[in-house]
Amino acid sequence: MTDCRRPTASGKDRYNRASGALLDDPDNAFLDEACVNSSLLLAAIPATAFATFSLPLLVQRCGRAAATLAAATVMATCLALLLPLAPAAFAGHSEVARLAWLPGYGLDLSLRLDGLGLLFCLLILGIGLLVVLYAFYYLPTSDRLGRFYSILLLFMAAMLGIVLSENLLLLLIFWELTSVSSFLLVAYRSDKYESRIGARMALAVTGGGGLALFAGIVLLGHIAGSFELTVILAAGEQIRAHALYAPALILILIGAFTKSAQFPFHFWLPSAMAAPTPVSAYLHSATMVKAGVFLLARLYPALGSSDLWFWMVGGSGAMTLVYAAATALFRNDIKGLLAYSTISHLGLITLLFGLDTPLSVVAGIFHIINHAIFKASLFMAAGVIDHECGTRDMRRVNGMFRVMPITATLAIIAAGSMAGVPLLNGFLSKEMFFAETISYPQFEPLGWALPLFATIAGMLAVAYSSRFIHDVFFNGEPIDLPRQPHEPPRWMRAPIELLVLLCLLVGIFPGWTVGPLLAAAAGATLQAPLPDFHLALWHGFNKPLLMSTLALAGGVLIYALRRPLFAWQAHLPPLHPRTAFERFYRALAAGARRTLAVLDNGSLQRYSALLVSFIVLLGGWAFVSGPSADVRLPGQPADEAAVGALLVLLLGALGATALYRERLLAVILVSVVGLVVTLIFIRLSAPDLALTQLAVEMGTIILLLLVLYYLPPRSAPRSSARRLSRDLLLALLAGGGLGLVTLQMLASPFETMSGFYLQQSLPGGGGANVVNVILVDFRGFDTLGEITVLAMVGLAAHALLDRLVLLAPQHDADGRPWAAEAHPLFLSMLMRPLLPLSLTVSVYLFLRGHNVPGGGFVAGLITSVALVMQYLANGIAFAQPRMPRHAVRLLALGLFLAAGIGLTSWLFGRPFLTSAHGHVQLPLIGDLELASAMVFDLGVYVVVVTVVLTVLAGLGSLSLRARSQIEEV
Amino acid sequence: MLNVNTAVEIAFVLIGAALALNVYRLLRGPDTTDRILALDTLGINAIALLVLFGISTASTAYFEAALLLALLGFVGTVALCKFLLRGDIIE
Repeated sequence: MTDCRRPTASGKDRYNRASGALLDDPDNAFLDEACVNSSLLLAAIPATAFATFSLPLLVQRCGRAAATLAAATVMATCLALLLPLAPAAFAGHSEVARLAWLPGYGLDLSLRLDGLGLLFCLLILGIGLLVVLYAFYYLPTSDRLGRFYSILLLFMAAMLGIVLSENLLLLLIFWELTSVSSFLLVAYRSDKYESRIGARMALAVTGGGGLALFAGIVLLGHIAGSFELTVILAAGEQIRAHALYAPALILILIGAFTKSAQFPFHFWLPSAMAAPTPVSAYLHSATMVKAGVFLLARLYPALGSSDLWFWMVGGSGAMTLVYAAATALFRNDIKGLLAYSTISHLGLITLLFGLDTPLSVVAGIFHIINHAIFKASLFMAAGVIDHECGTRDMRRVNGMFRVMPITATLAIIAAGSMAGVPLLNGFLSKEMFFAETISYPQFEPLGWALPLFATIAGMLAVAYSSRFIHDVFFNGEPIDLPRQPHEPPRWMRAPIELLVLLCLLVGIFPGWTVGPLLAAAAGATLQAPLPDFHLALWHGFNKPLLMSTLALAGGVLIYALRRPLFAWQAHLPPLHPRTAFERFYRALAAGARRTLAVLDNGSLQRYSALLVSFIVLLGGWAFVSGPSADVRLPGQPADEAAVGALLVLLLGALGATALYRERLLAVILVSVVGLVVTLIFIRLSAPDLALTQLAVEMGTIILLLLVLYYLPPRSAPRSSARRLSRDLLLALLAGGGLGLVTLQMLASPFETMSGFYLQQSLPGGGGANVVNVILVDFRGFDTLGEITVLAMVGLAAHALLDRLVLLAPQHDADGRPWAAEAHPLFLSMLMRPLLPLSLTVSVYLFLRGHNVPGGGFVAGLITSVALVMQYLANGIAFAQPRMPRHAVRLLALGLFLAAGIGLTSWLFGRPFLTSAHGHVQLPLIGDLELASAMVFDLGVYVVVVTVVLTVLAGLGSLSLRARSQIEEV
Repeated sequence: MLNVNTAVEIAFVLIGAALALNVYRLLRGPDTTDRILALDTLGINAIALLVLFGISTASTAYFEAALLLALLGFVGTVALCKFLLRGDIIE
């Protein structure tokens, strides 16, 4: 069902606006073949990324190089898949591939590649490849790298998903996936405290923002009538005019601002610097933090161009731009400086989108490219310094130019780009920014305010860049370094070299290098014809150039005055949003724990009391408020036998309740109840139920006795009178209420499904035993679920009992020693011939089950009781070697049989679990009706036998282990 | 003249009385062994009851139920006795 389409053609009219689903279009049967191919290619990009992200983990046993090569291969493959699609995106087309997933919810697997997506894909894959190479040298050789690269690839896949999503709900899924995978990456050195705190904070903030984004996207989808970008981007007018525009915008902006670390959500990014430097270079310069501004760019045609947009986006961006730049100046940690610088530059991009003119949007996109390039190289350079010196403190790392001249030169060029020095790419986008602030129309009376603000921000950027350059590479001698630094390995520097080369190329030949990509990306962002702009190094002597000059001079001046400034900053009241957040977070967690301690105090009595109270309240309310049954069926006369049976039932139940402290007596009385219930079932013509009841009864007695053995000899303290009366009241209300409801139901005439089942059983299911046909055929899916749960229980019991050791009592409750003879001879001799007999009965019951009372479940129970009796009479040493081993495999076999026969019906084009049946003529036996449901029933049988045996024999073996332990002691 | 029905009815009464006595012994005790025996006998009498039902209604369905009860009914007794003797029923 791949569909592909170019919205620039006549795409829009093929949308059903109300539901957002594609209309069935018979004319569309003919699909352009090239179009189908490119759709497949597009879908293959994220599919490849997600399918192969665990590759490094799989090959890491072949060495670090293999893991690195695997990661690089995955990225290169994605890049290779992308390249054939690039020409169309450059030409301004939007490639859309769609696969229906949950069309009812407006959620389709629909992907889109246009200029903006292409730009981000290139950033993600290009810088990703460099980071893979860099990480190979950066991370210690003791690290096998498989885990690192796999999480990195998962993150990359999620990022590709974000930038390639056509459906906003799909985008949201990838968005959350980046939050989770970045959490894993930041916490990569999980033995370090600050890594864990940083990762948690990043997850809490970006995850919280993801929730807001979810709400915002749902609102947006509601307004636009679809979650597909093509529809939303074309419906800008309608969205902005809607009453829900403001809440939707605010929620989406919270999502974008948390991700892109915009004020006031910026504080997580410096904490996330605890991540290994390759992660910072990848996530915190080029990709994840750019997801927020990507979202702004992506939704700009739909959400932009309003006052609210201007004030929120522009305001937050401006605030972040200056605040973070000022903070960056005072950071002593190199990565801390770079982190705040990143926040500041993201603020710049956000501000550009907030200015809300076509040209400012172009400038914003341009700065996304430039910032990714120079910041990634700077992070890598910082990593080299950290790697070589063992510290990143700029008060100690000095004079590195002499030690590593090549790296120093590269980092100085990149930092110059960060500062906006001419001939470098950062200069160009900063010039565009300055030009935009000058020509911005909105502040007529205060026309000088915005340019002044921009110049100050520019000065701060120059100042912190100067600090980075001067402190690290000059400024005297290094002080007390943990390691003796020298130039890094050749290939560790290669990614930095490449990126710095790009800085220069873009800075000197902008139109030739980045022009087409920028035009394509900006065009896709605006969804409108591009404004007239000219990428060039020299625009003549004009105001922006003046501002740049001022910024450079002012920045150097600020840095020259750093000593008084630092002294002044030291006296400022401390501002720690991180600490405040952490405190808030811990208070929240403590509150949650307290609430949980009240609700979940570990007392079974309280849970039962609360549960039963609610049932009584709700049931009573439903009973009182519901319609009363006027028509009543006449009661049936009770015969003497029934009265007697009920009397015994009552006595047994009451006796067990009264004597619950005498555990063994209670068990005996409960088994009387079981016996009477069996008899009642027989009397009321429910032979299937009676058979099951009987077999379950026997299993229950054995289970109870097995458990009783390990219970402490003293019984629990008596409850207080108040508690007793409370429980009595609850029990009476619940029991009485249930009785009343049952009576009411049975006395009212009603139609059931039984008639249908009775009619359809033989022709539809091939069996005369309706109960069995319902179980294995009509409601086979139910039964499959039930045996799956049963198998899980068996598995859990198997795991729990496997190593359990319980202390066995040395004498009985009255202090008498146990009898000496473990296995009375006559019992064991009697039981052996009984086994084939019981097995014959169970096979018989199984085979006939489809037509007369019996079936897999009952047969399984009888088999397991017969097998457990062998344990009981002859001991584990005799029985265990004769039993089937590998309980887990048997459980799997049972489920496989049941599900497998269900699946085979697909081969015949029928729905899951369709049963086939027919007659077979066999020699000697004669005519036999067989149904495929019998295989299903066999699965049920295997699961039941295995679970019962696992639990009972497992409990029985506990004593063996306990005894051997005592002997060891 | 006595016919089968009369015999069945008499048997019903007698077995009913036996069941009642079983229940009495079960509740009264005094020992655990008494109660276990009472439970076992209750099961045996229940088998008899089922067979009688089968005769009186001329239906074969009850015979099978009686057979299965006989096959499985003693499992509880065996387990209970083993518990009294050794505590650990599977060892």
